[in-house]
Amino acid sequence: MQNQVQQNKNNMANISNLTRGIIKENPIFSLLLGMCPTLGVTTSGTNGLGMGLATMFVLIMSNIVISLVKNIIPDKVRIPAFIVIIATFVTIIQLLMEAYVPALFEQLGLYIPLIVVNCIILGRAESFASKNGVVDSLFDGIGMGLGFTLALTLLGLVREMLGAGTIFGWNFLGMEDPKTMLVFILPPGAFLVLAYLIALIKKNN
Amino acid sequence: MAYLLIIISAVFVNNIVLSQFLGICPFLGVSKKVNTAIGMSGAVMFVLVLATMVTYILNKYVLVPLNIEFLQTISFILIIASLVQMVEIVLKKVSHALYEALGVFLPLITTNCCVLGVSMMALDLPSKYSFVEESSLSLAIVFAFANALAFGLALVVFAGIREQIQITDVPKRLQGTPISLIAAGLLALAFMGFSGLV
Repeated sequence: MQNQVQQNKNNMANISNLTRGIIKENPIFSLLLGMCPTLGVTTSGTNGLGMGLATMFVLIMSNIVISLVKNIIPDKVRIPAFIVIIATFVTIIQLLMEAYVPALFEQLGLYIPLIVVNCIILGRAESFASKNGVVDSLFDGIGMGLGFTLALTLLGLVREMLGAGTIFGWNFLGMEDPKTMLVFILPPGAFLVLAYLIALIKKNN
Repeated sequence: MAYLLIIISAVFVNNIVLSQFLGICPFLGVSKKVNTAIGMSGAVMFVLVLATMVTYILNKYVLVPLNIEFLQTISFILIIASLVQMVEIVLKKVSHALYEALGVFLPLITTNCCVLGVSMMALDLPSKYSFVEESSLSLAIVFAFANALAFGLALVVFAGIREQIQITDVPKRLQGTPISLIAAGLLALAFMGFSGLV
């Protein structure tokens, strides 16, 4: 009986670790972390999704490893140690993407190595993974990663629809040469779309 | 001539913050007052030029000869992190006034993506600029300096705009981050007017 209760409690904690990052503490819309890739690569839904998944991989793996080695690392050198762990996984995903999805790799370009300096990853390492166990950190990584991916995909889709008239490359208007607002896939559009998305989400909360 | 073109291109045409989206975090974070914006720009310029110089030399004389370029990401970020730490220690000893002015901004620079981004872009300038035939250390340093100027210009102009926004009446839902992002969007739109200049 007691075991059952304990297990239920554990499941609840896992679920809250998972959903927290998606809605309540969404890294982009409410915490405003990791803005550079958010604005830089979201010219289309596909790019946003690809970048989100790459970041999610690094986030989950670094969360797991950091929560495993947290007791070995001396407190004073913890930030450089975290950065090395993160950079290792970034190098892995960089090589994997270059080999298997070269077109996307080309599109995202410089932003892939820059995952290292994405504040979300170091932020979660410092504030969550270095204080919690492996399973909790895994779910936290999945949740935060999903929240980041969702936000990036949403931003990319809105920009793609307004700026290019397509959804994931599919021409939903059905017109030969749709009159679109090109500015939305140019740099200023990134700021404007994100501003209004944040304002909309604020209203609903 | 190439130096001048690089500076004009980096500052106005391909502004690192407003058109390449590097260094957005400090751009949004420390741009509430013009004074802090100037301090941050100074610290970034210092670290950016130094880091680009060291990473360029490391890449050319260590990583490329040994054929281990895939370690670029790890080695560059380590160099930047330790460089920032070192600059902080040296400044504290040598010039206390400068340390007071830049000190609080220095730790933030490690995770400023414009430092890592610029030091990586500086390795391959010919692919970026058609008028550059071969990359060299001096070109890389000028490139870093120009991008630091660009960062400073964007940050200081944006801080000026935000100071004005504070005394205006903003619709409730747009208060805070949204209105700052809209202002940044309009600033980026203005900078697009320079496109085609170089």
